[in-house]
Amino acid sequence: MNHPPLLSLEGVTVLVGGYQAVTRLDLEVARGETVAVVGESGSGKSVSALGALGLLPPGSEVGGQRHFAGEDLARLTTRQWNALRGGRIGFVFQEPMTSLNPLHTVGKQLRESLRLHQGLRGQRATQRCRQLLEQVRLPRVEELLKTRPHQLSGGQRQRVMIAMAIANDPQLLIADEPTTALDVTVQQEILALLDELRREHGMGILLISHDLNLVRRHADRVVVMHRGRVVESGPTPRVFSAPAADYTRALLDAIPDGMPAALPADAPTLLAARRLGVEFLRPKPLLRPRPPAFVALEPLSLNLRQGETLGLVGESGSGKSTLAAALIRLLPAHGEIDFDGERLDRLKGNALRQRRPQFQIVFQDPYGSLSPRMPIADIISEGLRFHHPALDEATLAARVAEALAEVNLPADCAQRYPHEFSGGQRQRIAIARALILKPRLLVLDEPTSALDRSVQKQLIELLRAVQARHHISYLFISHDLAVVRAMAHQIMVLKEGQVVESGECIRVLDAPTSDYTRALIAAAALD
Amino acid sequence: MSDVTPTVSAETPRQRRPWLSPIARRRLQIFRASRRAHVSLWLFTLLFVVSLGAELIANDKPLVMQYQGDWYVPLLVDYPETDFGGFLPTTTDYRDPFVRKQIERHGWALWPPVPFSYQTLDRDIQGPVPSPPSLRHWLGTDDQGRDVFARVLYGFRLSVAFALALTVGSIVLGVLIGGVQGYYGGKVDLFGQRLIEIWSGLPVLFLLIILASLVEPNVWWLLGIMLLFSWLGLVDIVRAEFLRARNLEYVRAARALGLPSRLIMWRHVLPNAMVATLTFIPFLFTGAITTLTALDFLGFGLPPGSPSLGELVAQGKNNLQAPWLGITAFLSLSVMLSLLVFIGEGLRDAFDPRHIVGASAATASSTRALP
Repeated sequence: MNHPPLLSLEGVTVLVGGYQAVTRLDLEVARGETVAVVGESGSGKSVSALGALGLLPPGSEVGGQRHFAGEDLARLTTRQWNALRGGRIGFVFQEPMTSLNPLHTVGKQLRESLRLHQGLRGQRATQRCRQLLEQVRLPRVEELLKTRPHQLSGGQRQRVMIAMAIANDPQLLIADEPTTALDVTVQQEILALLDELRREHGMGILLISHDLNLVRRHADRVVVMHRGRVVESGPTPRVFSAPAADYTRALLDAIPDGMPAALPADAPTLLAARRLGVEFLRPKPLLRPRPPAFVALEPLSLNLRQGETLGLVGESGSGKSTLAAALIRLLPAHGEIDFDGERLDRLKGNALRQRRPQFQIVFQDPYGSLSPRMPIADIISEGLRFHHPALDEATLAARVAEALAEVNLPADCAQRYPHEFSGGQRQRIAIARALILKPRLLVLDEPTSALDRSVQKQLIELLRAVQARHHISYLFISHDLAVVRAMAHQIMVLKEGQVVESGECIRVLDAPTSDYTRALIAAAALD
Repeated sequence: MSDVTPTVSAETPRQRRPWLSPIARRRLQIFRASRRAHVSLWLFTLLFVVSLGAELIANDKPLVMQYQGDWYVPLLVDYPETDFGGFLPTTTDYRDPFVRKQIERHGWALWPPVPFSYQTLDRDIQGPVPSPPSLRHWLGTDDQGRDVFARVLYGFRLSVAFALALTVGSIVLGVLIGGVQGYYGGKVDLFGQRLIEIWSGLPVLFLLIILASLVEPNVWWLLGIMLLFSWLGLVDIVRAEFLRARNLEYVRAARALGLPSRLIMWRHVLPNAMVATLTFIPFLFTGAITTLTALDFLGFGLPPGSPSLGELVAQGKNNLQAPWLGITAFLSLSVMLSLLVFIGEGLRDAFDPRHIVGASAATASSTRALP
């Protein structure tokens, strides 16, 4: 090509608050090409894109050569920047929930961008809005223009964001983890849409992602980053089939594999639920009858044997977390729950509290599930301290050390605070807090979805080892079939509070009977 | 897991735990960085400590004395006048010329720097009261011939002590009630809120006036009556924090561990509400002082004769020909309240997680290009 590449970065270095987040990054995006920047969290992939376009917070410094379509970006004035960003360069951010202004209608937000960059007003602007929303395949465009963001689903919001990004026919679209917050089936649709738009408009796309599946399917070239440096770059097929750098190989290798250990045939039943359902009452309007309750979970039955893992699969809103919370009596439900031969649903107050150590839960968010004000030793020993008040300090310390060893953390963690640990380590601490009570059932509510792939894999191996050692039953909740396949004996697919399919994990994944399961499997790209 | 380098050695973990958690240290640092708040805190503490020793500074009896070879400590012990050659077995009035003469003849006495207490009537003043500032009365006297400096000193102490007690009481009540409402939610919250709405609709000032006419008002009555209403402001904040925090994952985790509600509230939820509460303290404090002053000004506050800043304000209003009264009242109140507001500002910044350390120094420049 004789004209210069769309975006070209040479030796770009970014300092954020004195910390070198990106070191000498070289990157080029040509017209009509998708370039993916891949790396784990903290690898500097978002910072490099934001830094190149001067979108970093005050106190950050950017060095090196930055050109956009031949223009030197370092020389632009504020006014020129504003014309460039949102005009010739479009952005799609990760969080569809927060990147739209909740106070304005979709139409108003779209028109604002059109007015600022193209001076479009009145009927012509409305016309263009309609056209854009149709382009991103949104239904009922006329109505949509008048809705506010909270009335839309995550996928719809992300489509609106894309419509805003392409409103001014940008030459370059920067998509920073555009699908991370979305359900897997929606992810596919959004990326297909981006591909199509790229072909139609000849845009260049800079796709920032941690998801290798996604990148493999949608990018022409890949740049792999690790700790602020580029470790490898090249055409996608080459990088995936013959990775040159060790780090890339490790990343590719980090897709969870293996199978859970086989169960003895005579394993006794630990947990059984019969006709268990959850409903939420809606508020009663004044002077009118109460509307029917919202059914979060249709009555269902399940059976979990000792040492067995039941994978609960479904997208957000499918009721899988509700089911788990209801099973361990964190949510009011109706129906029968048998735990170890005892009717759990009949227990109340103190009697229930005394049983709680036997069924523990690990939550999704490793950052929210540990009290930030307590050192690790106190967090882990809290339950033990309460349920066994007779234990002395030395025994407690020994049990804490034991629990830490169980999750492969060094004993000197005990006196530190949660913020000193990474996401994966915190999740281990949360597991240690549950294990110290010697539970018989462990509910794992998306324990790996906030973690990087390589950390995910380690955690899954750890969980399998713990299960083999103590014969704990797991209730494993996930939207990621690759993870579930590596963990679960049994599987239950939920959709909108109903069981779509259930049975032995391998059989269901090999021969799914419902379309929904098939779509999930396709999205997870299981080989 | 190599991304966190261990900084604590395994051998002595117990001793190595820092005295302050990192977040507390950050808050302290922000508070110290604000010069105004820092200086205000020291000044206020100094003033309060000095006023705590008011009896040593302004008093109408000697601190120590020797009389006919015997030691006496009038500051602490009441001696009958007969001890010093008087006729009545009542507590000695050391300002009585006769007693003075006796003491001078048979021993000596160490007087505090200001030889007047807050209710000492100085009968030796030449000319009409209120008398202007002089060497004898540094800030003059009020319309009953009492030393204004002594009254301000004692009044300051009483105001601060009153506000302190009221604040502590309000926090205990407000956190308890707000916490229970927020944590349990549902019907408890619904009825609690309605009750509070009705309660807060009561006209506090009228109620105080009515109650003050029913009982002989003293400090404890006033404290009790004001405590009935002052916790209301805190409830909303604490309740909101508890409502938010009860669904935090670590609170749910604690529930899953089988901990009882009181322990969860105390250990996991309350620390979240503490930041909002602490930020609210300076406002409670200044509010308490202002209310007490206002009541005294109107004459429904502390019993007559008590050292009260509000009464001084009233005297300033009634004696415009004696500007030192008004000016003193104004200055002492404004200094006290300003110091508290500055401290409050510093506290608020220190507890604000969005506050950037040293933000005032850094200019708000956008991303800068390296040369």
